[in-house]
Amino acid sequence: MKIAVCIKRVPDMEARFRIASSGASVDEAGLKYDMGDFDGYAVEAALQITEKQGGEVVAISLGPAVVQETLRKALSMGVARAVQLEAAAIPFDGFAIARALAAELKDGGYDLIMFGKVALDSANGVVGAMTAELLGLPVVTACSKLDVAGGRGTARRELEGGAELVEFPLPAVVTIDEGIARPRYPALKGIMAAKKKPLEVKPAQLGEQRATIKSMELPAERPPGRIIGEGTDAIPELVRLLQNEAKVL
Amino acid sequence: MANVLAFAESRAGALRKVALEAVTAARALADTAGGGEVHAIVAGAPGIAGEAPRLGAHGADRVVAVEHAAFANYDPESIAATVAERAKSGGYRAIIFSASAQGRDLAPRVAAKLGVGMLSDVISLEVSGDAIVAKHPAYANKVIATVAVTGSPAIVSLRPNAFTPVENARAGTVESAQPAADPGASRVVVRETIKGSSTRPDLTEAPVIVSGGRGLKAPENFKLVEELAEAFGNAAVGCTRAVTDDGWRPHSDQIGQTGRVVSPQLYVAVGISGAIQHLAGMRTSGTIVAINKDREAPIFKVADYGIVGDALQIVPALTKAVREARRHG
Ligand SMILES: Cc1cc2nc3c(=O)[nH]c(=O)nc-3n(C[C@H](O)[C@H](O)[C@H](O)COP(=O)(O)OP(=O)(O)OC[C@H]3O[C@@H](n4cnc5c(N)ncnc54)[C@H](O)[C@@H]3O)c2cc1C
Ligand SMILES: Nc1ncnc2c1ncn2[C@@H]1O[C@H](COP(=O)(O)O)[C@@H](O)[C@H]1O
Repeated sequence: MKIAVCIKRVPDMEARFRIASSGASVDEAGLKYDMGDFDGYAVEAALQITEKQGGEVVAISLGPAVVQETLRKALSMGVARAVQLEAAAIPFDGFAIARALAAELKDGGYDLIMFGKVALDSANGVVGAMTAELLGLPVVTACSKLDVAGGRGTARRELEGGAELVEFPLPAVVTIDEGIARPRYPALKGIMAAKKKPLEVKPAQLGEQRATIKSMELPAERPPGRIIGEGTDAIPELVRLLQNEAKVL
Repeated sequence: MANVLAFAESRAGALRKVALEAVTAARALADTAGGGEVHAIVAGAPGIAGEAPRLGAHGADRVVAVEHAAFANYDPESIAATVAERAKSGGYRAIIFSASAQGRDLAPRVAAKLGVGMLSDVISLEVSGDAIVAKHPAYANKVIATVAVTGSPAIVSLRPNAFTPVENARAGTVESAQPAADPGASRVVVRETIKGSSTRPDLTEAPVIVSGGRGLKAPENFKLVEELAEAFGNAAVGCTRAVTDDGWRPHSDQIGQTGRVVSPQLYVAVGISGAIQHLAGMRTSGTIVAINKDREAPIFKVADYGIVGDALQIVPALTKAVREARRHG
């Protein structure tokens, strides 16, 4: 089983973001970076499959030299080798990213290509399905369960108010949702081993970018919270406020 | 004059509310872009064309009805091919989807088939010169980005509930169409559909959400949350990741950074600490109520109305009071 996992370097979302002086990006000062939450789930799921069935996992990340840190993290988790598709910056345009990833993946001979459901910084949630279309491969998005065996896959997708179980042939693309696997913490041995694993750097073939960020702002703050009382005694007051102040009852 | 195509999402033979949101947004976009036509495309099992009048009522000049027995289930491959074929023949300025589970799956497929750019999960939409410009929550909803896409057709998906369906009657002339790709040849096949754990309205559509956390102590106590939702009449039930991790509720009910993003008029958080990853999914709710036994719980920092105390006592009493209030209201 040969699996590729595409991972994006994103800031830790616990941060209190500020807008950079350009007005069109967040201020990077003080931010911590890692692979996206869903990308971490994808790496873990890929490792679990190859640990059971044999094979190798390759991690791919598009961006400037700093994405090598993110790739090293994947290597330290157990990924066999990594590819950086070098670009001056990570574009906002998901289709541009998909084109560059598809060009790299096309002749890789992968049985399974895995993505996160969405990268929470740009919050597009498109790169996996677009890459699949460009490669002409079947794709299942937002999988919360995944099994592969005998050249076929089955997956569960969460829908509004329900779920569906789908079946598909390999090679295929899947995008990973909450529920599959939590990423392991790299062990010291893994971190040491990662330093010696191959990390190849190639230019990204991005092409034209049609979707761009024009500006950014912080959303309005909520008014400060208010405790209206304790225990069941507070219920009449709550009902009154819901009826007369919030007007939602 | 620029026509706009709206994808009208349906499930089990009926339109979803997000279909009307897409048609409404398409109408507004077509009108500001010089008054073109709005075409709504709907795919479903035979009979789905019967939903055309509702699409016409919300501004569709034409309804393209693609009826096929196989479309009783969502068939992404055939439906994406069909929408893309229609787009090629129609000279559309934009194609509007909902950023629902189905729309999030479909829109990027169509964009890639057409080789065009797209904007995801937008909360506003307008034409500005040769670009389509929108507001888009990013960075786990902590930043609002103004984003633009050039080229035609531009693909856009709308955050559910961000656009209110507006009636604006147009002809809604029905045109039947065939799937552009044989559904029998689709590689991804639905083997089973699983109904959610409750019969309540969907999280993204419900005006009220009652959400439970680990403070409920045991899965059976979710009954109290269900009953409170029932008392509101139109409420959905959500939960935290702690709860889905423990298998008390399905992942589709999880609200937050790695779950669903919701923005109801009223959000009632029961036994939820208010971790930053949970707040990421619900902080834009209209009114937030929190019930938690710990006065220092972070949820109280965002709660308009907080009550300190034991949820297992407060929730049943609140359920009774809400029932009373609605009976007399
Ligand atoms: C990458 C990442 C992504 C995440 N994504 C999400 C996400 O999408 N959604 C999400 O929810 N979480 C998410 N989390 C987890 C999040 O950090 C919290 O762990 C989680 O939200 C806590 O859930 P909880 O509030 O139910 O549980 P707890 O934090 O354990 O809180 C339980 C609360 O119940 C109160 N309580 C206890 N007993 C009672 C009682 N009898 N009556 C009233 N109150 C009581 C306690 O005071 C406490 O405040 C994520 C975490 C990470 C690292
Ligand atoms: N720059 C990138 N390098 C590698 N993979 C990426 C990159 N950007 C996005 N991806 C992948 O595509 C997924 C969805 O990203 P997005 O469509 O931007 O939300 C991510 O979870 C990653 O798996």
